Amino acid sequence: MSATPTTTADAPEFYELTEHHHAPHGSTAIGFWLYLMSDCLIFATLFAVYGVLGGNYAAGPSPAHLFDLKLVALSTTALLLSSITYGFAMLNMDEDKKERTLFWLGLTGLLGAVFLALTLYEFYHMIHEGAVPQRSAFLSAFFVLVGTHALHVAFGILWLGVLMVQVAQHGIHASNRIRVQCLSMFWHFLDVIWIGVFTVVYLMGMLR
Amino acid sequence: MNEFWSFIFGRLTWAALPYDPIIIITFAVVAIGGLVVVGALTYFKLWGYLWTEWFTSVDHKKIGIMYMILGLVMLLRGFADALMMRLQQAIAFNGSEGYLNAHHYDQLFSVHGVIMIFFVAMPLITGFMNYIVPLQIGARDVSFPFLNNFSFWMTAGGAVLVMMSLFVGEFAQTGWLAFPPLSGIERSPASGVDYYIWALQVAGVGTTLSGVNLIATIIKMRAPGMTLMKMPVFTWTSLCTNVLIVASFPVLTAVLTLLSLDRYVGTNFFTSDFGGNAMMYVNLIWIWGHPEVYILILPCFGIFSEVASTFSGKRLFGYTSMVYATVVITVLSYLVWLHHFFTMGSGASVNSFFGITTMIISIPTGAKIFNWLFTMYKGRIRFDLPMMWLIAFMLTFTIGGMTGVLLAVPPADFALHNSLFLVAHFHNVIIGGVLFGIFAGINYWWPKAFGYKLNVFWGKVSFWLWNVGFWLAFAPLYVLGLMGITRRMRVFDDPSLQIWFVIAGIGALVIAGGIGAMVIQFAVSILGKNKEWDTTGDPWDGRTLEWATSSPPPQYNFAFTPVIHDNDAWADMKKRNAQRPTKGFLQIHMPRNTWAGVVLAGLATVLGFALIWYMWWLAALSFVSLIVVAIIHTFNYDRDYYIPVEAVADLEDRRTTLLAGKN
Repeated sequence: MSATPTTTADAPEFYELTEHHHAPHGSTAIGFWLYLMSDCLIFATLFAVYGVLGGNYAAGPSPAHLFDLKLVALSTTALLLSSITYGFAMLNMDEDKKERTLFWLGLTGLLGAVFLALTLYEFYHMIHEGAVPQRSAFLSAFFVLVGTHALHVAFGILWLGVLMVQVAQHGIHASNRIRVQCLSMFWHFLDVIWIGVFTVVYLMGMLR
Repeated sequence: MNEFWSFIFGRLTWAALPYDPIIIITFAVVAIGGLVVVGALTYFKLWGYLWTEWFTSVDHKKIGIMYMILGLVMLLRGFADALMMRLQQAIAFNGSEGYLNAHHYDQLFSVHGVIMIFFVAMPLITGFMNYIVPLQIGARDVSFPFLNNFSFWMTAGGAVLVMMSLFVGEFAQTGWLAFPPLSGIERSPASGVDYYIWALQVAGVGTTLSGVNLIATIIKMRAPGMTLMKMPVFTWTSLCTNVLIVASFPVLTAVLTLLSLDRYVGTNFFTSDFGGNAMMYVNLIWIWGHPEVYILILPCFGIFSEVASTFSGKRLFGYTSMVYATVVITVLSYLVWLHHFFTMGSGASVNSFFGITTMIISIPTGAKIFNWLFTMYKGRIRFDLPMMWLIAFMLTFTIGGMTGVLLAVPPADFALHNSLFLVAHFHNVIIGGVLFGIFAGINYWWPKAFGYKLNVFWGKVSFWLWNVGFWLAFAPLYVLGLMGITRRMRVFDDPSLQIWFVIAGIGALVIAGGIGAMVIQFAVSILGKNKEWDTTGDPWDGRTLEWATSSPPPQYNFAFTPVIHDNDAWADMKKRNAQRPTKGFLQIHMPRNTWAGVVLAGLATVLGFALIWYMWWLAALSFVSLIVVAIIHTFNYDRDYYIPVEAVADLEDRRTTLLAGKN
């Protein structure tokens, strides 16, 4: 297989003559991780924009007027719990327990849906009070940062649903396994982003 | 009834069609040309061939060639815009308005920049990276072959939107970076800025994904024995470029999304009221924009490194320092963005920081120039076309680099900012660096891709016309810039300036001759009867692995994966007389072609078009279709197949015969 590098002029191996098997999907994990890092930079940009424009209320409502920390605590709990349940799904997938994997994936999706519903309720409530994205640069930055995260969660739920159908149809095989692993990275990534949002937007917002 | 039509077509009306005679004539020519091409393809029954062999192909080599064709076609369009601007500026004196109205002229300088960067330089360097990197690292394809096909079609989709803006509606009149508040909805209510936004968004997705793909390929798919410090320099520069792509294009995506929200929804990110801040846009877009110039130049440094060592018959001088210089440039390119707007008013300390970091970049770049010179020193130099381009590059680029260092000094920049001096500087480095690098690469790797060398005579004609034309066209702009003439002017009051613009216009015509000679060079080489066929696969006595296989390489690149023991793996194999195995072939595992890339990118392009024209039903429909088709594609698990042993043996035996005939 892989010959050790030699510097002498004797004849080392220059070609791999036997068949060797690359691990299937050998690049998928790092490729997906790279994509996540690019996505992370989109969030970094939105955080930077929020950092610069987040104090520009334009004589409109400020975070202290708008945010309901209890509601956010609830949605945060739902999202963090969903990371734990995804972890259980991964553990069960490693033991090839299809039904249990599906159960935990389903529960993850449900918790994600709870988070999404609470975010939408918050948006609805704010818009109802006249705190629309067009009102000030602060509100523009808020809606786009939190909304982009919510869009990611919505996309994650859609992906989760499709993946559950695929696991149910085809079982846990190499292709589905790597897909569940990628979605796992995606899901935990959204959790990490949310911790940033929770801290920078909500907690620090209440202190402003 | 009117409401019905405006529901169907949004704000697209008959008024969006061209009324300017220049555009109508262009449209007629393009339409007739297009009809001829479509008719010919239909007559010769080539659609099926194109679809199965090219459009749906996941072969990195074919995708690379498609990128190159896209880039070269768009070069013709971008250059036509340049010629029109030069003509306008050469005649708009002494009260003359020239022949272009402001509306048309402002679109020209915007679309020229956008096309040259996004749809000429980017596809050309991505084409090279696609074609060459897997071959240089001894791989059979990239990590994600389907994604590669999809990326190409997204880039092509963006190009389609830009081309469409010529005939349906208009393009942005904002300059190539579309700064607000000029690009906001109040100042630019028409479709131009929206074409700009969606063309770049569609193409940007493709670029980001191809960056992810190539990084994963370089990290995970190198042949056994090829440690990072044994990688060919072109692969190293490609790695750094793709890191830059993945780390900068998301910023562009984000900032353009915010601009589109300002325009479509009425948010206040970059507006002048309700707390918006236009300088936020300028900062963010340059945080993408400065790495972008290194995205373009680094692979060209890689091409020149390969050319220098091949045509000097020596190993590259200072390989390690070359790699470190590349990495240092990669990192530093993130610390200089503010030098694009020293006049923002950020204060002396901030300007000093960004001025100094900018100047520091010239150190690793200078190290590279010395490395190429020392590679040539005491080498057995062959002055083939790629080597000529290398020499021209070193002379031209060094001068462009020095004017760049000059502009990095904040007080000097306050005077030269936004002047023709700046325009001359960046053309000096982009033409002298990126474009010359691409031409060196085309002449160098053409025999690998097609099996025969390019015509030398027309190559030399093109070389000299390009070089002379470049200096004629841009030296006057340096002079004018020092005299304080700003960029993007349509008419001039001072008649004493005219002579410089006339010289620049003549220079542009000479460059046109260079492009024409290049087209003739391709035509003569492709159609000529007496081709210099390359039966060895190694026409230049090359040093890296792409020369170890046949020209053009088989679909699977290497029947047996090479094992690497030294830098310049192929030179090492030749020196130690490595024997190519001629029997014992195995079946080869390959990815299958797929329709999904074309269809998904097509839907994304339709989505862009619908959003530009406010056709909300079509936008919703194409968006939902995009998701549905993507989901359908994920249900296809049958994505690979094996090339049977007999087919491999057949191809390899033919190569054995060819090689024997040569010897």
